Amino acid sequence: MRVTTDRDRCVGSGQCAMLSPDVFDQDDDGLVLVLQERPDAELLEDVHRAADLCPSRTIQVTG
Amino acid sequence: MTQSADPSSETASPYPQFPMRRGCPFGEPDEYAELRAKEPVSRASLKVNGKPTWLVTRHQDVKQVLGDPRASSNLKRPGYPHQFHISEEMLAHVRLMLLSMDPPDHTAQRRMLIPEFTARRVKEMRPRIQEIVDERIDAMLAAEGPVDLVTALALPVPSLTICELLGVPYEDHARFETWSAAMMNHDLSPEEYGAAVQALDTYLDELVTLKESEPGDDLISRFLEKNRAEQVADHVDVVTMARMMLVGGHETTANMIALGVLALLEHPDHLAELRADPALLPNAIEELLRVFSISDSGTARVAVEDIEVGGVTIRAGEGILALNNAADHDETVFPDPGTLDFHRREARSHLAFGYGIHQCMGANLARAELEIVYGTLLRRVPGLRLAVPAEELRFKDDAMVYGVYELPVTW
Repeated sequence: MRVTTDRDRCVGSGQCAMLSPDVFDQDDDGLVLVLQERPDAELLEDVHRAADLCPSRTIQVTG
Repeated sequence: MTQSADPSSETASPYPQFPMRRGCPFGEPDEYAELRAKEPVSRASLKVNGKPTWLVTRHQDVKQVLGDPRASSNLKRPGYPHQFHISEEMLAHVRLMLLSMDPPDHTAQRRMLIPEFTARRVKEMRPRIQEIVDERIDAMLAAEGPVDLVTALALPVPSLTICELLGVPYEDHARFETWSAAMMNHDLSPEEYGAAVQALDTYLDELVTLKESEPGDDLISRFLEKNRAEQVADHVDVVTMARMMLVGGHETTANMIALGVLALLEHPDHLAELRADPALLPNAIEELLRVFSISDSGTARVAVEDIEVGGVTIRAGEGILALNNAADHDETVFPDPGTLDFHRREARSHLAFGYGIHQCMGANLARAELEIVYGTLLRRVPGLRLAVPAEELRFKDDAMVYGVYELPVTW
């Protein structure tokens, strides 16, 4: 699993940082930061949920 | 007057009228389920001016519209589905709030505000919100019941929270609450309403001017500071932004607090479940947000190009209401949508905060406030109950944001 983001799209809702705090954070500008680009399998569900609930479709999960 | 010369008057329209009334406070208007099943993208006639609009009712389609850059939020564009009486002249002069802006203006202003509402910042605000809630509940318990929970708790908690975040001085708090309460009052005449808005704008104009020379540790001052470098907004834009934050920041949460408490009191099994397992509260809040979806029609758009949605072509220049209450009762996403289920796995997929670039910026703050209010009430006021029969409550059926006018409770 690989997590990528398009920060130009990010609207800083912070849902990802709340739902999957091991993988996502927000920087000083409030925009998404990926903490683990290849997170462990047990985080898969949360990461997919964060991607699905992202209001600006900023998060892509591949592999 | 028995005749209207206006060809677009509501009696002339072949379409159903919008808004539609909720049959039950804990649900959606009955028409929505039928629309989702038979005509998920359909025409309606706006009650306020008889003009046509599209209604979008399925979850997937609502997300599509709200995520589509061809669906503009700019209320000055012809075809935008207005839900208030607004004259052409007023429309020409009105300053766009963030929620009515399109990119790139929207992006620039929103990015200046995002740092105020990050998950971390909201977490830092929680102890102060807890204090506010405890103070209000202390005052409530010191009084003899019954009290109106709306004025005792539901309104002051978000109002004080947003006041402190924006940097509205505490000694002005009473004035601010009076105007905002007036602006919420559906029974006011347009003139009285206008006067309340004007009073708030004049007040904020002075406040912003003061902060320009004497900045404090607050959102408005930080916005002004950043703006000096980036020049995103002029003075009127800052006043407009502050008004949006103030009004938007507490009216919605206040209504949700009162409706949520009512839902808990009317569903004793659910209440017992929450008491037994407080860890259930965050998901219960998502479910309450879903069931009520209080700003159902707050997501108005106008197509700037032809848009294909659910097999229907919406033409450029046509208005669209992407109804989040309809989306949040879509049985393909939320099985048995009319049932309140605090264990519902997909509860958080609701669109009560909207979706897309305009999704509510204060969503995480609202969630924190709801969690602290409900949690503290459950702990500290275990005997809480309605002081009047539920049938006597008056609901805000015609308001932009749904709610209950008063909620008399005792304990």
